[in-house]
Amino acid sequence: MQSIRVPRPTTVASPSATPAWSRDLIIFIAFIAPNVVTLCVFSYWPMIRNLWLSFTYWDMIAPEPLWIGLDNWVEVLTSATFWTVLRNTLVFTVGSVGITIMISLALSLLLNQKRVGRNVVRAAMFAPAILPGSAIALVWTFLLAPYYGLISQAATGLGMPMTRWQNDPVWAMPTVILVVIWKTTGYDAVIFLAGLQGIPRELYEAARVDGANAWQRFVNVTIPGLSPVAFFLTVTSILSSFQAFDVIRVMTGGGPVFATTTLIYQVYSEAFVGFNAGRAATYATILFGLMLAITVVQIRMVEKRVTYE
Amino acid sequence: MNSVTFASASRISSKSTDLPRATSQMRASRLAGAIAAYLGLGVALVIVGIPTYWVIIGALKTNREIYTVPSTWWPPNPAWSNFPAAWAAAPFTRMYLNSIAVTFVSTTLKLVNATFCAYAFAYLQIPGRNLIFMFILGALMIPEEVTVLPNYLTVASLGYVNSITGLILPTIGSAFGTFFLRQHFLSLPREVIEAARVDGAGHLQILWHVVLPLSRPVLATLILLTAVARWNDFLWPLVVTSKDTMRTLPVGIFFLFTQEGTTEWGVVLAGTIIVIAPIIALFIVVQRHLVEGIASGAVKG
Repeated sequence: MQSIRVPRPTTVASPSATPAWSRDLIIFIAFIAPNVVTLCVFSYWPMIRNLWLSFTYWDMIAPEPLWIGLDNWVEVLTSATFWTVLRNTLVFTVGSVGITIMISLALSLLLNQKRVGRNVVRAAMFAPAILPGSAIALVWTFLLAPYYGLISQAATGLGMPMTRWQNDPVWAMPTVILVVIWKTTGYDAVIFLAGLQGIPRELYEAARVDGANAWQRFVNVTIPGLSPVAFFLTVTSILSSFQAFDVIRVMTGGGPVFATTTLIYQVYSEAFVGFNAGRAATYATILFGLMLAITVVQIRMVEKRVTYE
Repeated sequence: MNSVTFASASRISSKSTDLPRATSQMRASRLAGAIAAYLGLGVALVIVGIPTYWVIIGALKTNREIYTVPSTWWPPNPAWSNFPAAWAAAPFTRMYLNSIAVTFVSTTLKLVNATFCAYAFAYLQIPGRNLIFMFILGALMIPEEVTVLPNYLTVASLGYVNSITGLILPTIGSAFGTFFLRQHFLSLPREVIEAARVDGAGHLQILWHVVLPLSRPVLATLILLTAVARWNDFLWPLVVTSKDTMRTLPVGIFFLFTQEGTTEWGVVLAGTIIVIAPIIALFIVVQRHLVEGIASGAVKG
């Protein structure tokens, strides 16, 4: 911050020699101030406040939070709930991201071929990504409704026992994961597709001249060419799956019991259902720590790749 | 690599002996590839198409038809009354206005913030600006979801709960947009900007008359991305509003569902279509630009 101050006269050789940039200083400050102030108030300050609140007990009704030291942290980290929630978050993330990446890669390979109607399929597959998660959750709640839902009818037709998908402790998580996959696959496929189209044609020609068959071209040209995109998609999908909230809120409300409660859902329910600000802040800080760790790993790996190249 | 050279050698030898068989084999495998590809595309279309179709006809079914098993694939007498019923069950007019106002104002302010900030970091030579830029980038690592409780407390202490201002305020800072636009600004030809400066143009003039016109596609992508995210926002509007009349559409249909439950599916589905239809219509118009903008942004970034 010091460096943007106008230098004091003692540091300047002669009083008249103001540096060229000082003319631009005021306009610089005016241009960045609104954004910097907003980010301070609504991004940085909340993180500090979360950390501070995590050392307090507060029902958000009492005038002041009560300082209780590390009590929240000890309580959360030793509770069975926390470990259930953490496990749910991992299952949800690995399940939704892993399967989405695989399906969307296959889909992008299809869309990359010059076939009639591929643009229609691309648009149709992409559309769910821009719809509100709550609307998609309602669509699927209808499809999955016991007895009269289309999927339940199909399942019974195939001889499966009647299942209350979202309210079944075993099926609730796979159901939510499936809906998230349905929503995000088209988006990932479009990004893979851009990656595919960015692979130089000459590489394929060269492989073909060397006699590589389709599978060999896929393994030796496509996969290495796509790896930066796949890496980008994996990291951003992991981070956004940590934040997935609307589908879970509408479809399961985190239940049954804690079966679909992820970290972000726990932050919400501690804060706005249980009115325990301290504990919500503790969970929020843990969630932030995890996401920060993933981002740092990402930056490390990108740096490595850059230096390698 | 060894296997590849070996394969090429064997291919050449086979080519010289039985050329006609190789081409007919190639034709057969090409046909098989085409069948597999169209099968795959068809499956993809069905997976998206059937739920969509099912919801549309569901919204046109009477209660009795919805709960009858096996379901009909075509409603014998379409119950258009579900739509007025949905419109009456929730304050849709108000929710539409809320969603439009929040999306429009929030996107505009965010974009203004990003544009000025990106210009400053791209074109104003101020010592220490990289440090401040890192500070802005750091905000990228702080997701909205993690800040929801403290932001609620801040907005509540300002008295903005259940207000459009409260819905908008925490969303107008821009870290990603600043980064995205600055990258683009730095790629613009410097001579053009220098020439404008020599002609005596001020920074506002350069921004408005030179930089922005050269950035239209990038701005369009950023506007679309931001607007879609704002329109679909769920957690923050859920938390900061408690009145029916202050809700945005994504939150509004959730409450329509909790209120009508699974006993009035026709109405809930009609409400869902009321929310989705305009987005789909807009999507059909901007589809190509949006999809390509997102793709190029992701691959470059």
